[in-house]
Amino acid sequence: MLDETASPAIGTEEVRALVQEEVRKALERDRATRRAAFIASKGTLDWAYPPLILSTTAAASGMESAVFFTFYGLNIIHRDFERKLKVDPVGNPGMPMPVRLPDLLTAMPGMVPAATAMMKRRFASHNVATIGELLDAARESGVRLIACQMTMEVFGYEERDFVDGVEFGGGAAFLSTARRGHVTLFV
Amino acid sequence: MTDETIPAADSVLDARGQLCPMPIINAAKAMRGKPPGHVLELLATDRGSLADVPAWAEDTGNELLAHREEDGVYVFLLRKGEEAA
Repeated sequence: MLDETASPAIGTEEVRALVQEEVRKALERDRATRRAAFIASKGTLDWAYPPLILSTTAAASGMESAVFFTFYGLNIIHRDFERKLKVDPVGNPGMPMPVRLPDLLTAMPGMVPAATAMMKRRFASHNVATIGELLDAARESGVRLIACQMTMEVFGYEERDFVDGVEFGGGAAFLSTARRGHVTLFV
Repeated sequence: MTDETIPAADSVLDARGQLCPMPIINAAKAMRGKPPGHVLELLATDRGSLADVPAWAEDTGNELLAHREEDGVYVFLLRKGEEAA
């Protein structure tokens, strides 16, 4: 029971302002706003971009940033990523094509290399960073690149198959990072 | 620059022709190791930089002093904050 003679009453508005200020300060102190964790699960050239762009930007924005590469996403950090990352026009109606082809034709031999070459040319003509450049930027800015150990076993990869600077771990390694960050994205 | 309240740049980063995320990656790199108060002039042609550079500045504790457009080039003047990395 409050003794009103001892503690001067404060109004609702003042309480609200005080609470808002405290919440703002708490958010400023919240380290989780400065941590980002990404899962890269896809192994095509087009889908290699989003996790690398966001993770390097996070690091450039002063965040601790980590990418967990799992399943086909391992292609992105494979030493042979230049050859492994391709674009497949099959079942991808969103892909800009000079001529819209029926799926049966896009499934013909030679279409994957053609689509891959087309996208690489288009990216280069717009001066988009290459995957190699983004990987360099990631390692230079301290983005943690974590390869999923389980998928490595299943796909028959060895640690030496991956670019320098890659760490190896499992779901728990990702989650221990992800649980401490507000930004977690699955790509 | 005519406004005398805007300081001269200590260094210039030419990110013209670069697309997201490279202007930001390179801006962060250009600021790394510089003392607080360092003024960086960033030149960019990526239209995304109009949204990205102010957001990046706010998130990193750097101050966007001014920005202008000259012949399709965006010019940002950024001052390194006390706490910025």
